[in-house]
Amino acid sequence: MRALVAMSGGVDSSVAAALMLDQGHEVIGATLKQWEGADGSMPLHGCCTVADADDAGKAAATLGIRHYVLDYVDEFNRQVVDPFAAAYLAGRTPNPCIECNRRVRFRALLDRASQLGCEVLVTGHHARIRRDAGGFRLLTATDRAKDQSYVLHMLGQDDLARIRFPVGEMTKAEVRAEAARRGMGTAAKPDSQDLCFIARDHTSFLRERFPAIAQPGPIVDSGGAEIGRHDGAVGFTVGQRRGLHLSVGEPRYVLEVRPATATVVVGTRRDLLADGVSVSQMSWVAGAPPAGDEVEVKVRYRSDPIPAGLVAAAAGAWEVWFDTPREGAAPGQSAVLYRGDEVLGGGTIEDNLRR
Amino acid sequence: MLYLDHAATTPIRPEARAAMEPWLGEGYGNPSGIHEVSRRAKAALETARETAARLLGAAHPLDIVFTGGGTGSDNLGVAGPALAGNRRGGVATTAVEHEAVLETARFLERLGCPLAIVGVDGDGVADPAEIAAAVGPGTAVVSVMAANNETGARQPLLEIAGAVREAGAAVIHTDAVQSFVSEEVTLASTGADLITLASHKFGGPKGVGLLVAPRSIALEPVIHGGGQELGRRSGTHNVAGIVGMVAAMEATAADRERFRADVGEARRRFEAALAGSVDGFAVTAADRRLIQHSHVRFPGVSAETLLILLDGLGLAGSAGSACHSGAISVSHVLAAMGMGPGEAAGCVRFSFGWTSRPEDGDDAAAMVLEALEGLR
Repeated sequence: MRALVAMSGGVDSSVAAALMLDQGHEVIGATLKQWEGADGSMPLHGCCTVADADDAGKAAATLGIRHYVLDYVDEFNRQVVDPFAAAYLAGRTPNPCIECNRRVRFRALLDRASQLGCEVLVTGHHARIRRDAGGFRLLTATDRAKDQSYVLHMLGQDDLARIRFPVGEMTKAEVRAEAARRGMGTAAKPDSQDLCFIARDHTSFLRERFPAIAQPGPIVDSGGAEIGRHDGAVGFTVGQRRGLHLSVGEPRYVLEVRPATATVVVGTRRDLLADGVSVSQMSWVAGAPPAGDEVEVKVRYRSDPIPAGLVAAAAGAWEVWFDTPREGAAPGQSAVLYRGDEVLGGGTIEDNLRR
Repeated sequence: MLYLDHAATTPIRPEARAAMEPWLGEGYGNPSGIHEVSRRAKAALETARETAARLLGAAHPLDIVFTGGGTGSDNLGVAGPALAGNRRGGVATTAVEHEAVLETARFLERLGCPLAIVGVDGDGVADPAEIAAAVGPGTAVVSVMAANNETGARQPLLEIAGAVREAGAAVIHTDAVQSFVSEEVTLASTGADLITLASHKFGGPKGVGLLVAPRSIALEPVIHGGGQELGRRSGTHNVAGIVGMVAAMEATAADRERFRADVGEARRRFEAALAGSVDGFAVTAADRRLIQHSHVRFPGVSAETLLILLDGLGLAGSAGSACHSGAISVSHVLAAMGMGPGEAAGCVRFSFGWTSRPEDGDDAAAMVLEALEGLR
């Protein structure tokens, strides 16, 4: 079989490529170039840097496989950067990594794989795929601490049929040991933690692109009284505590961002509590909603799933009600639904729900 | 691997390799010294300079400035006249120049040199009258390439030089990096004052080049140091590289007739086979290009994907210009010719060279057809 391996330059995708080779497949490595500065350069920090592309090339050379850097700069700008900026300007907290996976990475690479005569697309994600009578299931990684299923929830049956995650069956320590055993330079490279170069420093990125957003405005309490000032509402995230510079006794958290009036609404931890979230753009791994309404939900990447009830609202819209109230989520982030170690699907958080 | 990327670089000629050998061993001297070891290196350097001057039609050996490659020569050829005499002289050039010229011109603009960039027609060829119109009293240098690195499109250099000289007193620089391998390049044949050559494009080693620069032309150096090359390009001489480059120049000049016959036949077979089998197949600047370039378009095909498939089949070609990461971006040359991103994305450059045989054209066409088969 011929396999296209998406090589990010990290240890996981390097080892994924090695494992496919071990299984006797013909392996082609590809790294996406998604961003460039005015001088045509790739980013120097975060995910997808020029050093990462070089690392991927070196890993491929160590394995003796072909490696290409593919140009997706225009698509990434159109499909990820522009919507990212628009969402932030609307006071939301988008997740560029998920949008990139949804709109660019997997679709582009699956298309490219078929053009290059590759039966499968392989990535270094920590997640597992199982096939049974019901079709393909997406499961959390063997190494729960490194599980990346959250950013993969948008994959459907046609995708999973053609994707492999070889390192999802291994712990991170095993992956690193395997890389070291093979003398790969990526063995000791730190994790990228799915931190997109845009998200890493989004405030300065957005200010550079949209100088108008650095508009100072009021910080108000839930009653509307001004209790402080900020120097630009964009970049505040619901649930955020730091960076408010308020001199009030009890800690305050961002409850809402209103870009139209450059207003940031804050409140106590109790004010932040929500009973659920409304979700749009829902996609189901199985192709259809699950039977039964009992699910677990993750409303941010690095948190544990919590028990919740799933309710179909208007067409295409869903509500996810937490069994017990918890801190509200940031609109624009993803709500991902699980049952045990299985990913059911997920969508974009529109709003917090309160009974 | 069938290598059709000779415009990127070409295999080193055996004559060059043999000529270099002594200067990588016992002939290690720095030519700028007073002792026997230096004298031997100096003699080799000056013999190479004489040969280069003769081949390029320069009046005196010292009219040859050895540099670190085509990019270094272009930097000196453009910035040298523009900044000479502590001036901020104007620069006029075309939109399809190599980045070594365009980026130097933009750098000079940031330093205060007025910049005029002249457009080209659909073949990538500039109009001599338009270039002359861009020359004013403040124009210090006009830089127009002899032929384009991507498409092979040749510029009407003699007409351009004539028109420029009527319009003003600007120094004329030409980047002839792509041309020398297949065409005679001299001061007389180009009409230029300054000529850039890069060794590795015609079978010499990488990292060495030259600028033909008559001593009467004032050049501000861009590399400052110990004053080698009459102060126009400082730095200890790359003796082996220079000797190898000039040996490759001689071998190239002696081999041009055979080169043109073999390469011309290989390209003819290649393009004829594709034209007969591929819908919408188009050749760029078909009647106005160097004999070794075959810049072709496959409508609706991603050049990137096609090149990867060809790499897998064992055929080396290229597209656009590769950056540090190796990704292919849409070329400024094709944009200047009026091609949209969609059209440009289907363009691939195959370039033949001194190791190409006529039957390579047949083999390459067969591989392209096989790859296209897989894409449809």
